[in-house]
Amino acid sequence: MRNLIILLAAVAAFLALPHGLSFSQQEVLVFLTINILLVSSYRLLTLTGEWSLGHVVIMGVGAYASALFSKKLGVYVPVSILLGGGTAALLAVLLSFPLFRMKGFYFLIGSFAAGEIIRLLWKRFRDPFGGAKGIKGIDPMPDFSIGIYDFDFFEPISYYYMSGAVVAFCLWILWRIEKSPVGLTFHAVHWQDKLAEASGVNLRAYRTLAFAIASGFAGIGGALLAHYIGTINPNSFDVEVMVFVLTWAIVGGTATFYGPILGCIVLTVLNEIILREMGFEQMRPLIYGAIMILSILFMPKGLESIVQRIFSRRAPDGVVKQEAAE
Amino acid sequence: MTQFLEVDNLTMRFGGLTAVDGLSFKVNHGEIHGLIGPNGAGKTTTFNMISGFYTPTEGQVRLRGENISGLKMYEVARRGVVRTFQHSTLFAELSVMDNVLVGTHMPFRPNIFAAIVGWDKDDRHGAEARAREALEFFGLDHLRNDLAGDLSHGHQRALGMAVAYASHPDVMLLDEPFTGMNPEETRQMMGLMRKLREDGITILLVEHDMQAIMGLCDTITCMSFGKFLAEGNAEEIRHHPAVIEAYLGGARHVA
Repeated sequence: MRNLIILLAAVAAFLALPHGLSFSQQEVLVFLTINILLVSSYRLLTLTGEWSLGHVVIMGVGAYASALFSKKLGVYVPVSILLGGGTAALLAVLLSFPLFRMKGFYFLIGSFAAGEIIRLLWKRFRDPFGGAKGIKGIDPMPDFSIGIYDFDFFEPISYYYMSGAVVAFCLWILWRIEKSPVGLTFHAVHWQDKLAEASGVNLRAYRTLAFAIASGFAGIGGALLAHYIGTINPNSFDVEVMVFVLTWAIVGGTATFYGPILGCIVLTVLNEIILREMGFEQMRPLIYGAIMILSILFMPKGLESIVQRIFSRRAPDGVVKQEAAE
Repeated sequence: MTQFLEVDNLTMRFGGLTAVDGLSFKVNHGEIHGLIGPNGAGKTTTFNMISGFYTPTEGQVRLRGENISGLKMYEVARRGVVRTFQHSTLFAELSVMDNVLVGTHMPFRPNIFAAIVGWDKDDRHGAEARAREALEFFGLDHLRNDLAGDLSHGHQRALGMAVAYASHPDVMLLDEPFTGMNPEETRQMMGLMRKLREDGITILLVEHDMQAIMGLCDTITCMSFGKFLAEGNAEEIRHHPAVIEAYLGGARHVA
């Protein structure tokens, strides 16, 4: 009953939120929902202990794939978004063969290299990727009506509702995975891979599974982005964006499901409301870097640790990570 | 008749060093088999080859006639040969219950799609029941909500065995299970191993604690400098001249 009330309140807040905001802030809200999916899917990969620097490029794979499917093959846009996610997951499975010969730091560097290769391939091949200028005129989501509300996708509010619903559903799936025996096995692979293997866990398969799922959801996020802004290019998915994702995850903390989401929301609000209003937009990388360093120094377990302290009457989740410092 | 577990001419070379040299022995079903030898004799290397942690340079490990050497560790585990580790190798950051639940991975294989939709309730209950059973067997049930890293050393060793036991193994490979235990804990652990044997589990253990080995094992294989030295029951090994010489250089006492 209590959960139901919380859920209803959350839905009401979700629906009411954009109405008090300006047009550009509504647009930021769309990006925020997509970024939440991006950073949450990233967390699933970090459950197995691997940190990737190619996650944003994988998101771009979903964006490019979905754009090309809808543009060249005329696939219905909602279907092509799903196909974009599928393509990203499939590519992750292929990449896992070279990448999961490595662990830890080497995987980090390997994933960065793999991501750059993909990004340079987009730049190099004008057909079909459009070279450095990318793909323009990507089909928008077709408008539709659900009776009580008409979705008009030139309005950010409509796209926000649609992407918000998609992201909420994806988060639900990620949540279910994490709380399942599969999620427990991811933790096991992270903390003691040898003991996990002695218990019959196929390490490669589980690392690949986490990588593929994370990439699939990142791909869906990328596809949502592509069909919203209508134009993508290789530089929309460069390492600078990856640094933002890392900052969200580290500032928020990765021990809990809500940590990275919290980090993403807080930093986006900080960025959009404070920095942009005060005209500090140019200093964004500098301020992000400072925030990251400060949070590692003074808040190594992330914003989530503050939330946990507030609700400290509740027993801890059993999983206490200290990954923020890595 | 095919042997239950058979080590045949097993050899492991690390570069120029031959750690294990043509070792052969057999483990009968339902017995506790000890593998002993002075430091550096190659016991742990042998162990790692049987469990799939290393691929032997030469020779075979056969389980019920099937060659299992060179398989990956999880493949060996899925054939019923489950190992524990030296020291307290556990998921220290997870609760005791979660540790043992990881151990139920093989009998209750997680399925991601069933998990998302919620069709794996029976499996989850089954895994939980099996985990509780394993915890009760090792007397850890009252600690199930504690973090594994917070347990005492003796309890951590027991938990390591509980994780292995939860997977319904046929053979348990125990790597120095008595290290760092006081006599009381050792005695309890010996009792647990006898209980495992009554359960029909074959045990192969590597150990330094002679008191425990002599009191516990049905058969003992002794090795020295990577080579087979002697085999027999506790009494035979205790009085075997080659064993005494290997340990003490000709003196009378082993223990």
